[in-house]
Amino acid sequence: MDNIVVSSTPHVRSGESVQSIMRDVIIALIPATVMGIVFFGIKALLLIAISVASSVLFEYLYQKIMKKTVTIDDLSAVVTGLLLALNIPVGASWWMPIVGSAFAIIVAKQFFGGIGQNFVNPALIARAFLLASYPTAMTTWTVNGVTSATPLATLKTLKDGAALADLQIPSLMQVITGNGIGGCIGETCAIALIIGFAYLLYKRIISWRIPVIYVAVVFVLMGVFGRYGVRMPVYEIFIGGLFLGAVFMATDYTTSPMTAKGQIIYACICGLITYLIRVYGGYPEGVSYSILIANLAVPLIDRFTVGKIFGELPKTKEAKKA
Amino acid sequence: MQTLTFKRGVHPPDEKALTMDKPIKVILPKENSELFFPMSQHIGAPCEPCVQKGDYVKVGQKLGEAKGFVSSPIFSSVSGEVVDIRPVLVPLGVKSLAVVVKNDGKMEEYEGIKPRDYTQMSNEEILAAVKEGGVVGMGGAGFPTHVKLAPPPGTNIDYVLVNAAECEPYLTCDYRLMLEQPEKLIKGLQIVLKLHPNAKGVIGIEDNKPEAIKLLSDMVKDIPNIEVASLLKKFPQGSEKHLIYAITQREVPSGALPSAVGCIVDNVDTIISVYNAVCEGKPVMRKIVTVSGGAPANPGNYQIRVGMTYKDLMEQIGGFKVEPAKMVAGGPMMGIAMFTLDVATTKTSSALLCFTPAEAFIPPERNCIRCAKCVEHCPMGLQPFMLNQLSLRGDGEGFVANHGLDCIECGSCSYECPAKRQLAQSIKATKKIEMGKARAKADAEKKAAESKK
Repeated sequence: MDNIVVSSTPHVRSGESVQSIMRDVIIALIPATVMGIVFFGIKALLLIAISVASSVLFEYLYQKIMKKTVTIDDLSAVVTGLLLALNIPVGASWWMPIVGSAFAIIVAKQFFGGIGQNFVNPALIARAFLLASYPTAMTTWTVNGVTSATPLATLKTLKDGAALADLQIPSLMQVITGNGIGGCIGETCAIALIIGFAYLLYKRIISWRIPVIYVAVVFVLMGVFGRYGVRMPVYEIFIGGLFLGAVFMATDYTTSPMTAKGQIIYACICGLITYLIRVYGGYPEGVSYSILIANLAVPLIDRFTVGKIFGELPKTKEAKKA
Repeated sequence: MQTLTFKRGVHPPDEKALTMDKPIKVILPKENSELFFPMSQHIGAPCEPCVQKGDYVKVGQKLGEAKGFVSSPIFSSVSGEVVDIRPVLVPLGVKSLAVVVKNDGKMEEYEGIKPRDYTQMSNEEILAAVKEGGVVGMGGAGFPTHVKLAPPPGTNIDYVLVNAAECEPYLTCDYRLMLEQPEKLIKGLQIVLKLHPNAKGVIGIEDNKPEAIKLLSDMVKDIPNIEVASLLKKFPQGSEKHLIYAITQREVPSGALPSAVGCIVDNVDTIISVYNAVCEGKPVMRKIVTVSGGAPANPGNYQIRVGMTYKDLMEQIGGFKVEPAKMVAGGPMMGIAMFTLDVATTKTSSALLCFTPAEAFIPPERNCIRCAKCVEHCPMGLQPFMLNQLSLRGDGEGFVANHGLDCIECGSCSYECPAKRQLAQSIKATKKIEMGKARAKADAEKKAAESKK
């Protein structure tokens, strides 16, 4: 009996690990990834591969150079790289995902202490970084070699007084399947994203709250207030990156609230800001920025949504006075 | 039957199949072996030895006299000579003064042990018998039972709950007791109910023990003030507060005892010990221990004599088939890891788990990813990730403000944590420090108040 382990309780642990969670997220992203490659061609595959590889490499190099434990086996860098690639248009240059990955992994993630310590979603902040640095490349949408406007950009012209009847927008069926729709690599096929969502729910990786409430808030605002007299809530939720953002970006553990109540508030903020940007903002799409802004509110939300503990006495008026 | 439960909690695999169907086997300590009787086997004041080196003691003879109300006497479980009185190692890893008795193998019974009829006894006599029987919370807490059974005057007790959840994985000792000695359990409960005639007795059993539920339900169906409740298999269902909540929907207020919500909770073996002490006049001398895990050659349920070492037990039941990598006194969620089996069993020993290297492996800690699983599963509704951060930062004030002292140390947070963080460990450590500080502060205030007088 020379190798006796003596440790604190508990002596058994669940089989779930950070790695298994990240693996499930990757599996959930497979349908959207495959559809992105189907719609946007081999160039999409190339960008995804570069993005994933460079994310993992940057994490490895940073941790090696800083003499930290290398944790690329937790697969979180793969998820970041994949999400970043799915959030850029196929027209982006091959080196853009590398710049984005460097920003996501080194600046947004490792500078703040690595996994779990970043205060905004690394893939999203990298997308915002690329959008600010290369605005033309990041907003040029090519489908089958032809540059086309996204439905969101087309609808944006309503703001300048265009009439809906004059606008050329794809059919609802088309925006649900994503076939022939301009957009980021992973955002156009809503069906693939919903399959991924179902998988994450089934595996209990995420709860339904953030995605469903986020999309519902956009739906309701678009249905009640609409944009400049046009109310197409069903159509509005299927265009742009709402599903990708709601299912895979807004639910990032590190940058979303921990309590049920907090998650509801957070999802409402995401939905409201998305609506405001889409209708009144300068950009046609507001999903990334709304999530990034909501990310910043998470510490506050967490602070104010602490649940009642078991056996906590309700605060009486006398206690409050004292 | 409706299945009752509480909010949150975890579902570790129960691993009870290993020993569930193994009847309790009596194991006597080896002749000429030394048995150790630590003077502190309970919560409260340690006992004082009432025998001397060289004395001859018999089975059931008192070795340690209780000092104070919250205390409980210690009895010899064998006959033989008191060979020494010295500090010995207890499962907690600390040393405690103990009476050492060399077993002469004759098992001569002490003359004081006589059967009694509890229906002819007054409540005071019953309580005295429980106290003199050395009965404490046998589930592991070791709180003196006579104190629990006599709540402060003015307290209305309307439930006496038998904690038969046995929610710790691997453990089957209470289950076997229910199957093999159900009449003692029911009698014991009736004795407690005699003290609290307005209370209802409820035996709460997790639904992974359908045979015990069926057997006891059949046996109590003609007893008007006793019933059996089926509880959902979920950890920590056997936590006092959560058992009360599941059965009565009452929440024990933070910092209060079960009697605050009109409940008394006792474990199966405690109730049986009450029966033994009151009706048979036998003090606590034996204990049922589940030996399980992947390492022992013969996992099973064994009736041992309190005071014999785990080593003695393992030698008599065939030892190990695989060299153990971890040895735990108690269940896998809350038990204590030991570095040697040369440790005496006590009144609160309930299991010995011996794990193979694979079972003992715990992956290294990673960064918290804020997945909120600890918050989602904490049965007390705490925020373990936050308490962990505060503990690591040494922020005791923040720890207390975030209800850290309400932690029941069940380990559900660490169990669920995908980053394998030692949440429970850090929280337990800080809790100990903060409770020590609170106690020191209270003592200082008391002293100051006294000096003013």
